[in-house]
Amino acid sequence: MSYLSIRDLEVRLKGGGRLLRRVSLDVARGEVHGLVGESGAGKSMIGKAVLGTLPRSVEIVSGQILLDGTDLLAMHPAARRRLIGATCALIPQDPLTALNPAHRVGPQITDRLVDILRWPRAKAEARARELLAEVQIAEPERVMRCYPHELSGGMRQRILIASAFAAEPKLIVADEPTTALDVTVQKQILKLIQAMQERHGTALLFVTHDLGVVSKICQRLSVLYAGMVVEDTDVRTFFRAPQHPYSRALLAATPKYTDPTHSLTPVPEAVIATVRAEVAEADRRAGA
Amino acid sequence: MLDGRGTIRHKAGLRLWLSALWLGLLVVLALGAPWIAPKDPLAQDLMLGRLPPFWVSGAEPGYWLGTDSLGRDVLSRILWGARLALTVALVAGTLTCLIGATLGLMAGFLRGASDLVISRLVDIWMAFPPVLFSILLVAVLGPGLFSIIAAIVLIDWTRFARVVRAEAMTQGAMDYVASARVAGRGRIGTMALEILPNVLPTIGVLLTLEMGIAVIVEAILSFVNLSISTDAPSWGGMIAEGRTSVHQAWWVLVFPLLALFLTVLSFSQLGEGLKDRFDPVLR
Repeated sequence: MSYLSIRDLEVRLKGGGRLLRRVSLDVARGEVHGLVGESGAGKSMIGKAVLGTLPRSVEIVSGQILLDGTDLLAMHPAARRRLIGATCALIPQDPLTALNPAHRVGPQITDRLVDILRWPRAKAEARARELLAEVQIAEPERVMRCYPHELSGGMRQRILIASAFAAEPKLIVADEPTTALDVTVQKQILKLIQAMQERHGTALLFVTHDLGVVSKICQRLSVLYAGMVVEDTDVRTFFRAPQHPYSRALLAATPKYTDPTHSLTPVPEAVIATVRAEVAEADRRAGA
Repeated sequence: MLDGRGTIRHKAGLRLWLSALWLGLLVVLALGAPWIAPKDPLAQDLMLGRLPPFWVSGAEPGYWLGTDSLGRDVLSRILWGARLALTVALVAGTLTCLIGATLGLMAGFLRGASDLVISRLVDIWMAFPPVLFSILLVAVLGPGLFSIIAAIVLIDWTRFARVVRAEAMTQGAMDYVASARVAGRGRIGTMALEILPNVLPTIGVLLTLEMGIAVIVEAILSFVNLSISTDAPSWGGMIAEGRTSVHQAWWVLVFPLLALFLTVLSFSQLGEGLKDRFDPVLR
């Protein structure tokens, strides 16, 4: 039984084109599900639809988002927000803008526990210290008194990870959490997310465009093109024998750093044409 | 402190302290005007008309900055005028800020219908020439302290609304807002607890600027005789009187003008200084 189940989710620009084309996917408890695809494929849009943070300019037309069997889209917005606040969390892409510059770090972790989940303050603060230690921050007490601008990008991403796990969520959406960091820090952060996820048994929806990251951390993945899932499979099968031509081309396009003479391989035009034809076919069927 | 921007910080500090010093002095003088002012600001003595300030020959002891054509003491009138100027600056500035910033925040963060209404209103409002609009308002409302304040608030709220709206939109697009929403904060809660603290430094600068502008508007209105009662001391009124006799008695014009200039300059510099000091991002 999957924890998060998206069924035929259809998202459109208000008065405009389709952004997600009948997307379906399942994330089991404690599973890491990767969402890959090129820019604009709708990876982040899925995460936003789940968390209820879609921009005002888009709307969910049809479909279901089932969280532990409850259809989020059928709920009253306020009740939905409470449920998501209690069970889900977000690890955002850019650690530099994801902490409020006007507040100290400590309250940013604890306030939400206190104000929204009604924890006693002392318990929330103990929890924050514990989690900051868990994400390998040496002096949690001192860091909690800092303003975000006093800390490095890597530190801030650690804090955001700690903050995401603070309320013991069942599902975390990680929206390209390592993209804004440099490569050495990326690796550390990735390991950290993985370790935290395993320890807490959290389901993780991991948005990325980096197949290398997917191979390290995910159990399943969905490949998206133009808001359509072209392949949904487990990671081992995907890397051994990708089914869809677009997936194969994507995999072939991964740079090989071991061979300096090897130039970058783009996704071939023919493959793009194939997948575009599929999208058009899907649109035609949806219209009919 | 010796960080990479040591010199910049030093300058910002100096600016802050100089402007705060002048404004603080002015507040003390205005509050203490009844005791400090050497003469009655309304007392006329035609025998002592157009006395020069104390360092010019022909000055009369006790009249430090000279007298105007009706023999009223210029220094005492400046001190009493400061009461009016500062009252208008504080009350009108604060009210304008509260109304404009609230509307701007709503338009910028809530967007949708509230943005549509508020922004169109701002556009229409800004099409009126502000000085003429204020003169018209005071003419309709009748002269008096209340009318001056009402006119300033009614005209200048758009300044806050515009800037705060833009700032709130920028902040609203940041990831920390999304995080707060996911954590379960409502729209109003997010606006008040996440966005507002980040817009506050801008609001602070605008507020001090607005106080300076309020002083100018009050001076303009009293210059055209639409402020409080005509013989009550006000800087604008003194400048108007001084203008007519500038060739015989320049001091009647120059001293209130100087007070006005320094006050407005100090308000704007105070805002900049405070921003440099308290903006968490710049700090």
